[in-house]
Amino acid sequence: MIVNQEPRFKGFSFFNRSEYMFKNLATLFKYRSLLQTLVSRELKARYRGSFFGFLWSFFNPMLLMLVYSLVFSYILKQQNPETTPYSLYLFCGILPWTWFASSVLEASNSLMINSGLIKKILFPAEVLPLVNVFANLVHFLFGLPILLLFFIYYNYETPLTPFIAYQHPITWYILLLPVVMLVQLIFTAGLGFLVASLSVHFRDLQSILGNLVTFWFFATPIIYPLSMPGVKDSSFLKSLLHFNPMTHVMEGYQSCLFYGRLFDWRALGNTFLVSVALFFIGYYVFDKLRDTFPEEV
Amino acid sequence: MAAVTADRVNKIYRKFASRRKFQTLKSAFLSGDILRAFRPDETFRALHDVSFDVGEGETFGIIGQNGSGKSTLLKIVAGISRPTTGTILHKGRISALIELGAGFHPEITGRENVYINGIMLGLTKKEIQRRFDEIVKFAELEDFIDSPVKTYSSGMYMRLGFAVAINVDPEILIIDEVLAVGDASFIPKCLDKIHEFRRRKKTIFLVTHGMDVIELLCDRALWLKKGGVQRIGASKMVCDAYMADVTQREEVAMEALAAAGETAPESAAGEEDSRSPNRWGSREIEIYEVKMLDPQRKEKYVFQTDDPAIIRIKAWTRNKVTDFVFGIGIFNTNGVCCYGTNSHIEKYDPVAFEGEGTIELRLDSLNLIEGTYFLDVATHRRDGQPYDYHRSKLTFRVHSKIKDVGVFRPVHAWDFSPEIRVKAVVSEAAR
Repeated sequence: MIVNQEPRFKGFSFFNRSEYMFKNLATLFKYRSLLQTLVSRELKARYRGSFFGFLWSFFNPMLLMLVYSLVFSYILKQQNPETTPYSLYLFCGILPWTWFASSVLEASNSLMINSGLIKKILFPAEVLPLVNVFANLVHFLFGLPILLLFFIYYNYETPLTPFIAYQHPITWYILLLPVVMLVQLIFTAGLGFLVASLSVHFRDLQSILGNLVTFWFFATPIIYPLSMPGVKDSSFLKSLLHFNPMTHVMEGYQSCLFYGRLFDWRALGNTFLVSVALFFIGYYVFDKLRDTFPEEV
Repeated sequence: MAAVTADRVNKIYRKFASRRKFQTLKSAFLSGDILRAFRPDETFRALHDVSFDVGEGETFGIIGQNGSGKSTLLKIVAGISRPTTGTILHKGRISALIELGAGFHPEITGRENVYINGIMLGLTKKEIQRRFDEIVKFAELEDFIDSPVKTYSSGMYMRLGFAVAINVDPEILIIDEVLAVGDASFIPKCLDKIHEFRRRKKTIFLVTHGMDVIELLCDRALWLKKGGVQRIGASKMVCDAYMADVTQREEVAMEALAAAGETAPESAAGEEDSRSPNRWGSREIEIYEVKMLDPQRKEKYVFQTDDPAIIRIKAWTRNKVTDFVFGIGIFNTNGVCCYGTNSHIEKYDPVAFEGEGTIELRLDSLNLIEGTYFLDVATHRRDGQPYDYHRSKLTFRVHSKIKDVGVFRPVHAWDFSPEIRVKAVVSEAAR
């Protein structure tokens, strides 16, 4: 077996450069068992030492959901019939948003936290931001059964149910959920590569990101629907929201889960293309800065 | 066929001026050119046109002072960082023992860490399963393998890291100074493992400051000096050349030290000097210069154990003195007096001393073991009342090829009766 380690081409032409990039991308697939191992390490380490251990992956979304239910059923009563029951609507967006936001924030720090690996052993750095994305995906998946429980609570008669809405039963459209998740996965991974590699050189990016993600949260229809009067009537806000790829991702989730209808496939298709483009841009930047990591992290 | 080939490898690091150390996104934007932030404005050349071939099954040592680029070179050989220019080619799986246990997660158990670390180093789950017992046994951690790694002592941590890395079964093994941290029982095990690798014709890169290890294990060695190849060749030859260079450098440093400690006769009686904790006495006689010389009267502060040496003391006095003794003391770094003598003990009765004078003490052979020594010189009355006592006036070093122990090396020779058969290893060491 001969493994030739060519020095990576120093970028005289884009095509040469991108050829190496695709080669590197292909090795990404080779590292899947490493990725899998690191994701499970991440999950194991997170709750190690706590009494409930892995159950926290269920408790966290459940408690969050309970808090929202309490607040929005008794304190901040929502009038909009389109988003009733409101806590259910909210949760359909918050759950995937948490996956997105935590992934991006953690990915921005991933290279610095694991500097030991990058500096001291031969290690494919691109795995690190992906570990964060996939670990948070697992948490998202753990949240889904809790979400379904609340669907049952709100839509089917049980001895505990205070009122019966029957408005938002689970439909077959839930089977389209993986499509939406795929779009989000690619988008998040691309952004993860981008922020992970840039944060190595600009440490401020992490602080900026924290605030940016909060702003992004409110600029995405999660706590309000797109059809809200304030949004619908302002052409500026409308185009701003449509420009935001996460809008269509969130709409996808809400369509599959809450409304029980087909998502706007054209919008989601465009978002998919944007996500793929971002993925390649993110990976390209990451790949270009890769050689600087061992010295800078 | 060569296992590793390096061709004119250069590595240039960026060096940050203090202004650039806090380079931020904001300032990059403000300066208007975000790309400029990636452009180094001051560089440091860690490696300078390094070329070498290492054959399959060869054990290759890399020596050099701290900061000479050894670790940078190893990282480039391992593929962790890339050369700025030049190429490095290698064939076969590489395992680098640059930092043991890099990538262990403190919260999870040793068992899980072995699996994760193994996968990080390129093993499959099955391969690890097969080698797991051997790894644990080698690390002597049978009782602790299911405890979180954060509860391990640093020795346990290191042993586990070494055990995993060595079991990757690489074609090329890279070892960076890790032998320095093991305890007395673990190092021989590591050396055994390295010997086993040699027998199995694996290529080994070894960085260590222990010249004896290099001479013992390596076929060839590379001496790096300030990032460039100073010498490459048979390990014995390279080690000798390196040691000669170290000796020479030390000599320069010691001469500078000796020059700094010198005091001219006029200023010797200065107020500051009399308060110095390393000098005391009534100063009726003053010692104003002490030097160590070789027989050609050239200053010398680094010796081989059997080298001759001369200690030259220059002293002066204002008035005629009739009661005086000159003496020296040689102390090692533990403060143990290795040898002390004076003119009175050796039966030189003082008659008179006036003006300036020189005393020379000739040693035909130092016969000290390897180490750093301090020289005290003094002049005093026969009853011990000091005129001028200098503590640790000079520092000198003694090198020895023979790693004997103690404080003193009497002249000796071995004789064996014919029933006991020995073979003298003829080398410079037995000179």
